[in-house]
Amino acid sequence: MLKILKYSFFDLVRSRWSIIYFLFYFVSGMVLLYLGNDVSKAIVSLMNIIFILTPLIGTIFGIMNFYHSREFIELLLAQPIPRRIIFLGMYLGIGLSLSLSLLLGLGLPFIFYGIFASSYLVSLGFLLISGIFLTFIFTGISFYIALINENRLKGFGMAILVWLFMVFIYDGILLLLLILFQEYPLEKLAIAMSLFNPIDLSRILIMLDLDISALMGYTGAVFNKFFGNNTGMIISLGALTIWAAGPVFFILRKSAKKDF
Amino acid sequence: MIEIRGIRKNFGRLEVLKGFDFSLSNGKITAVLGPNGSGKTTLIKSILNMVVPTGGEILFNGESIYHGWKYRKDIGYLPQIARFPENLKVQELFALIQDVRGEKGSFSELTDRFDMKGFMNKKLGQLSGGTRQKVNIILTFMFDCPVYILDEPTSGLDPIALIRLKDLIMEKKQIGKTFLVTTHIMSLVEELADELIFLLEGKVYFKGTYQEMVRMEKGENLERAIASILEKENAKNS
Repeated sequence: MLKILKYSFFDLVRSRWSIIYFLFYFVSGMVLLYLGNDVSKAIVSLMNIIFILTPLIGTIFGIMNFYHSREFIELLLAQPIPRRIIFLGMYLGIGLSLSLSLLLGLGLPFIFYGIFASSYLVSLGFLLISGIFLTFIFTGISFYIALINENRLKGFGMAILVWLFMVFIYDGILLLLLILFQEYPLEKLAIAMSLFNPIDLSRILIMLDLDISALMGYTGAVFNKFFGNNTGMIISLGALTIWAAGPVFFILRKSAKKDF
Repeated sequence: MIEIRGIRKNFGRLEVLKGFDFSLSNGKITAVLGPNGSGKTTLIKSILNMVVPTGGEILFNGESIYHGWKYRKDIGYLPQIARFPENLKVQELFALIQDVRGEKGSFSELTDRFDMKGFMNKKLGQLSGGTRQKVNIILTFMFDCPVYILDEPTSGLDPIALIRLKDLIMEKKQIGKTFLVTTHIMSLVEELADELIFLLEGKVYFKGTYQEMVRMEKGENLERAIASILEKENAKNS
């Protein structure tokens, strides 16, 4: 699998888009840190960028890369290697190269700023971990969508819809439910619903770590009250892991039966 | 070596392969003929497990191909449409496939034979259709396999390359390699094939030698024999 992963990884790392993606994070990180001069504020601002951008970039790269590599996939399928290794290798290659852009793009500014001497090292760690989780989750989802849609336009549209839904529409629906049923106790519903959205989960993770109740939002506060800080963080990390494993399971299942 | 039993394949409601048996004779060249859409490529892709059949069984050296993937080491496959990652150079592609297979291929003799020395550093996206087909051919023959499966090997080739390909196939046959070839070029079949399989609407319509098929249809040559089969079939359907 390492051979496929290596090819897919280096193919992407060398591409212009990976460098642009890296530079975007690098510049945002530098600007927010050096102009704001407040690590915790910079982390919160970057969080808001990351939680929209990593799912979007993961989605676009996942779907484009699959469709772009169709010839390569067909070539590999005729070779003596198992199918699951081809698809797993490609998926991990995309996820890793995007994660590397994120890790270096945000890591370097914080290192220059002197994060190792500050008390926010753990928070930055959580931010990067949740960014990497989101990258893999959305790359996996869009890779699966590409696998089930021969029609590129349809696949692309569907993947973007999933992103849109998770980033914007889902929270809207949650808010609407909370307003409509405000006379009822909704804690459990709110918790359950946030488990079903990886972006909400990541947000809760960061907020619980930073312990900023003003920014926690309703679900964050409920999470905090329900589980306390540590248990809440463990639960959200666990749920994110399930979210990352889910698409991989479906990719392997679908790819085993697909005709090329 | 390759044995096919009761193979069926549906794409949605479309039945492409309707259940037939056949086995590939060792050390011979078998040509699969048939009109467009008769299931030739689906049959080939099924043998490579790129298409998963709806029913039936395919055995390679007596073992079902669904239990493993290692058998593909023994098959050199030339796909019908040569499509490669466009930003790779020819040389990089050769290196990549050798790396993936974990096997050293011998391509320098082949690049000479097909006049490809000057193209090794060109990107695959920049190559013409015929040149790409030559890359495809080199990629297929650079590994020493007991079986070669060629899907329309001549498409886009100029006369010189075509002759060199025929010579290459004959040389390989002489050292005991087995071939399964699909083509629409009848002269190629007449020259090379030991056995014919004629697919029609997802079934084997005829299996035998070239002479037998011509005799059966009372034609002068293969082209006319096939045309007469298709005309009869059309008349039956209309």
